[in-house]
Amino acid sequence: MRFVDEFREPELISKTAEEIRRLAGRDRHYRMMEVCGGHTHAIYRFGLKDILPENIELIHGPGCPVCVLPMGRIDDGLAIAQEPDVIFAAFGDMMRVPGTQGSPLEHKARGVDVRIVYSPSDALKLARLNPEKHVMFFAIGFETTGPSTALTMMRAKAEGIGNFSVFCNHVTIIPAIRAILDSPDMRLDAFIGPGHVSSVIGCRPYEWIAQNERKPIVVSGFEPLDMLQSIVMLLRQLRAGEAKVENQYKRVVPWEGNRAALKAMAEVFQLRPYFEWRGLGFISQSALRINDKYAKFDAEQRFEVPGIRVTDPKAAQCGEVLKGVLKPHQCKLFGRECTPEHPVGALMVSSEGSCAAYHNYEHRKAVTVSLSSIA
Amino acid sequence: MCLAIPGRIVEIASDNQDSAIVDVVGVRRRIDLGLLHDDKPAPGDWVLIHVGFAMSKISEQDAADQMSTLRMLGEIDGAMREVQGYGLEDVN
Repeated sequence: MRFVDEFREPELISKTAEEIRRLAGRDRHYRMMEVCGGHTHAIYRFGLKDILPENIELIHGPGCPVCVLPMGRIDDGLAIAQEPDVIFAAFGDMMRVPGTQGSPLEHKARGVDVRIVYSPSDALKLARLNPEKHVMFFAIGFETTGPSTALTMMRAKAEGIGNFSVFCNHVTIIPAIRAILDSPDMRLDAFIGPGHVSSVIGCRPYEWIAQNERKPIVVSGFEPLDMLQSIVMLLRQLRAGEAKVENQYKRVVPWEGNRAALKAMAEVFQLRPYFEWRGLGFISQSALRINDKYAKFDAEQRFEVPGIRVTDPKAAQCGEVLKGVLKPHQCKLFGRECTPEHPVGALMVSSEGSCAAYHNYEHRKAVTVSLSSIA
Repeated sequence: MCLAIPGRIVEIASDNQDSAIVDVVGVRRRIDLGLLHDDKPAPGDWVLIHVGFAMSKISEQDAADQMSTLRMLGEIDGAMREVQGYGLEDVN
């Protein structure tokens, strides 16, 4: 077994891996989707595939906010950035994501005022420091990040700050899971539930997956042992013919979620009727917009937004990879036109995107192995 | 961007109960406590921080484990860059 010695509690890991092999048996194949991009990254980084038996297949889900954002939204945000006296502020993750006219970083090189912030509250601080400018925060993220954006807007409103707005791309995880389950080419047995999203929304929102769809879901932490334990919990349910929501990540995720965080989101946001997801298409009630009480802080209401729709390059198969129909390396562009250094599709941009994760770990490993077999 | 960074509360601001100084392996920065209204942390408590906001209270052991997870994931530099950037300290 590879890598195991590097982990904490290697003995427990070996034992858990043994338990997985015993439970998985050989009589059937299991397809489990890890919803969260953080889990995808961890699975590749830790080489968990080398530990798992062959009949357990991990399918990478839609939980990477950078990856699911359609290119048109980046173009829209960058169009506002080019208005006079606007500062475009975004997390570092966004900086290399390509729009049709280049990434935010490339716009910065052309003289557009683009700044990296590490917190939405720092975008608000930029607005305080630059009263003669307008600061637009390009907000992305699932329910983990949504509350921080919401609270920042509440602070902006309370302080009466007039030169700050948010271009809101916040999305919600449950409708995406529903869309995946409704997709005809998707066959899944179980879900590894997102860890930090669940610290906000809790475990209840997943109950329909267990009750209506009869699929087990276990909310999981990010350590190798966490994920292996979650797989044990899923296998036990599947072997027993059960479908329940279980919480492996109790040390961080309360069953009821974080009430203060949910309250902040409810204060500022409302559901959009529909929103486009890269690779998944339009999903109804899957994203958040800023409600009328906070209209003054809504960049989409303050500025003319072109509403650009961009279809992904035909050859790129991001959609199929996002839904788990194709593995990253089965895309025609993978590792050739599309690499982490020169990403064509968004799954290659973020370390949480399955293509980048696959490229950084599996692909390099495969290349090394084939080189060493030649030598 | 989904991974959270563990930090220890050093001091709550006297004029703003929602603002605290945290220590993340020796780096001290101001973070927002507004999302932990129902379970306010006190100095000495450990929290998980995400984009400048405390998201959950955790134990000291969980904090150490989370640090080692970040290290194993190769995310420690990114996490420290993030923490150092809080408050625009490091902003371009």
